[in-house]
Amino acid sequence: MTVFTPDNTVQVQSVIASALAAGNKLELVGGGTRAEFGAPARQAGRLNLTRLSGILEYDPAELVLTARAGTPLAEIEAAVAARGQALAFEPWGGQGSTIGGVLAAGVAGSRRVSAGAARDHLLGFEAVSGRGEVFRAGAKVVKNVTGYDLPKLLCGSWGRLAALTEVTLKVLPRPQERLTLIWRGLADEAGFALMRAALRAPADIAAAAHLPGEATLLRLEGFGPSVAARRGYLAAALAAYGAPEALAEREAAPLWAGLQGGASFSGDAPLWGLSLPPRAALAAIAPLLELGGRYAADWGGGLIWLALDGHEEVIRRQAGQAGGHAMLVRAPAALRARIPALHPQPQPVEALSRRVRLAFDPLGVFETNRFLDLAHAD
Amino acid sequence: MSLKMPPADERILARRDEIIAALRAIVPGEGVIHKPDELRPYESDGLTAYRQPPMVVVLPETVDQVAAILRYCHRNAVKVVPRGSGTSLSGGALPLGDAVLLGMGRFNQVLEIDYEDRLAVVQPGVTNLAITKAVEAEGFYYAPDPSSQIACSIGGNVAENSGGVHCLKYGLTTNNVLGVQLVTMAGEVLRLGGKALDAPGLDLLGVVVGSEGLLGVVTEVTVRILPKPETARALLIGFPTVESAGQCVAETIAAGIIPAGMEMMDKPAIHAAEAFVHAGYPLDVEALLIVELDGPLAECAHLAAEVEAIARRNGAVTLRSSRDEAERLAFWAGRKAAFPAVGRISPDYYCMDGTIPRARLPLVLQRMKALSGQYGLGVANVFHAGDGNLHPLILYDANQPGELERAEAFGADILRLCVEVGGVLTGEHGVGVEKRDLMPVMFSEEDLRQQQRLKCAFDPGLLLNPGKVFPTLHRCAELGRMHVHHGQLAFPDLPRF
Repeated sequence: MTVFTPDNTVQVQSVIASALAAGNKLELVGGGTRAEFGAPARQAGRLNLTRLSGILEYDPAELVLTARAGTPLAEIEAAVAARGQALAFEPWGGQGSTIGGVLAAGVAGSRRVSAGAARDHLLGFEAVSGRGEVFRAGAKVVKNVTGYDLPKLLCGSWGRLAALTEVTLKVLPRPQERLTLIWRGLADEAGFALMRAALRAPADIAAAAHLPGEATLLRLEGFGPSVAARRGYLAAALAAYGAPEALAEREAAPLWAGLQGGASFSGDAPLWGLSLPPRAALAAIAPLLELGGRYAADWGGGLIWLALDGHEEVIRRQAGQAGGHAMLVRAPAALRARIPALHPQPQPVEALSRRVRLAFDPLGVFETNRFLDLAHAD
Repeated sequence: MSLKMPPADERILARRDEIIAALRAIVPGEGVIHKPDELRPYESDGLTAYRQPPMVVVLPETVDQVAAILRYCHRNAVKVVPRGSGTSLSGGALPLGDAVLLGMGRFNQVLEIDYEDRLAVVQPGVTNLAITKAVEAEGFYYAPDPSSQIACSIGGNVAENSGGVHCLKYGLTTNNVLGVQLVTMAGEVLRLGGKALDAPGLDLLGVVVGSEGLLGVVTEVTVRILPKPETARALLIGFPTVESAGQCVAETIAAGIIPAGMEMMDKPAIHAAEAFVHAGYPLDVEALLIVELDGPLAECAHLAAEVEAIARRNGAVTLRSSRDEAERLAFWAGRKAAFPAVGRISPDYYCMDGTIPRARLPLVLQRMKALSGQYGLGVANVFHAGDGNLHPLILYDANQPGELERAEAFGADILRLCVEVGGVLTGEHGVGVEKRDLMPVMFSEEDLRQQQRLKCAFDPGLLLNPGKVFPTLHRCAELGRMHVHHGQLAFPDLPRF
């Protein structure tokens, strides 16, 4: 397998143009930390973007940062932390994870419920399409509606539309204080009800999670006096659930980290991410738990990490019927080769998605069969 | 009117009676409007300098009717212009003489409110403010608040990705919409997104929001609703220079404070607003800031003290903090009435909408002043200071020959200036027809072609809202063509392993 490691946009374009000319496929890779998502690639060259690295512009007062797409996530997080700022969507990734990979995979952490997803923080980009053409969309200011919002479309597109070469992100102040309240031993129904009650209160909850049989967590962030006031408000408003404990950051951090990408689930069972309307979540997963599933809930109950062997069709049916979807996040290669990572959609939406992909990549140069829905031009 | 719209297709106009009859068969009763005097109310939107009666107006009531109308138009190659409340400031709903104007005003029901999952499902003709009205008894609100919120529809907000004074903290429409039901030009009914926080596959919802009615017709919208903050407090701060006001904004953000709203007005805007609503604005300052803080009482008090200290450090000459809700609303009254207030001091005004990196504000205002002298037209500025979104109001008199054209040329120069300093043509009003021909100032030919290829995936016949957003209409077949060059790698020394 050929690996290309271009240094700049022109070279990225050259690699793609050559692949197009030769009729080859290219798999886009950042840090490679999400390589085991989706079906193993079939006969594709690898376009490694990690040499497109470095922060190009960062003006904290403008809340905007521009970096080359292969810049390590850790480097960007360190740079913004040094100026008292953060990527509010709390992206996560393994060692070497790049910002381009984070955006292409559309990952967001526990703050998703309050701060939005990756798509809500990508303001603009430069990329090379599957046509081998360089184009830009969006801009380098926080408020812009000029032209179609292609940055949204590129987030979560898994490298099927274009190779990102440069990205502009919205950055926000890092909260001065962070406090995790924990209720221990609540039953599932009570834990979910607590999260819903907290999120509908004017308490500006940053994150809410339920670890069954263990803990229900609420995270408060902001200025000291505000966090203190909201803590008091919540203790009173949620008195029916018992008095919470305030967790020290060193105890809280591993709990939140365990929720990132379902990290706390080790073992061989396939891992799923179910995105559901929170109110419908418990009923939707109840049959899956009877089949032996284990779970953790994040995003106030809107995201369920589920570890369960087999029963793929039941999982997808339960998620779909509840108005959500199920993503196969981690599984042995044989299962990934058989079960599509992304929840199948109704035919007209699939057909439209395919036409959109063809608008960016008409010859399918980025189609490596990772999603088991080959969209090559005929 | 200096912009050219696509010429009317004589073959379609010749079939007008037949098209009206077909629409009547789909929407019975009074839902099809075609008499010239009855078409007049539809001949423009909020960009009133541009007028064009549509061929026919149709006002469907059901999703099936919308789908049937679009299917019919698709089969018969009839153009369609969707319209919500007609408040677009960029001409997004400007009719075409050979097109059907599809009015969505009859879709005016709130379908479902779910306080537990904090969302509302509404029809697209529901006004922005009506969503808040529907949920406020339970302590909720819908965050995006364009100043036309009493009239503008949520369907139009989705099309334009509308903002408002609170969007620095709470986001634009796109950040507050969970899902839509969309009818494509071919008449297919799709659901994009829904009640969960995200959807599988490509984020088609993300591009439909802000697509200015070019990708599909929205027939249902699911929005996030938020618990209303416990309190809100506004500060009214006057500065002797625009620079010091701008520095106060920058230092506020540098202190980690993202206010719920942060508005700036320049001297002409302050004077016009004060004369109109008597909000108690100081008249001897060059710039006025309104900073709104919301959240628990303790947070508002803490942050208000911080912002006051920053303001004093930067030479604020007047500083008032709202003591109660009535006073807070009074502070806002002048800003919210800024457009009509300017309408009183000038026969006509033309509202621009560029965004700039905030640090460039003094330079941009200075250059704008020079342009104002050059064109012989006054300008007043209101500014969403937190996010750099500038609303220069160009004063002119449409009854004076040549003034509208001069105002447009002045406006175009302002927008070119915004792009030149690193900003954009439009922060929240949309491109529409108004900024269509300026798109090449911001985007390359290839950028625009790629955007149009997306359009082709939704509407290959280019029948939905043509003549908006893109200066040149390329046929989809031409856009799709690819030239693959067989040959050597351009960079034979490129590292590969």
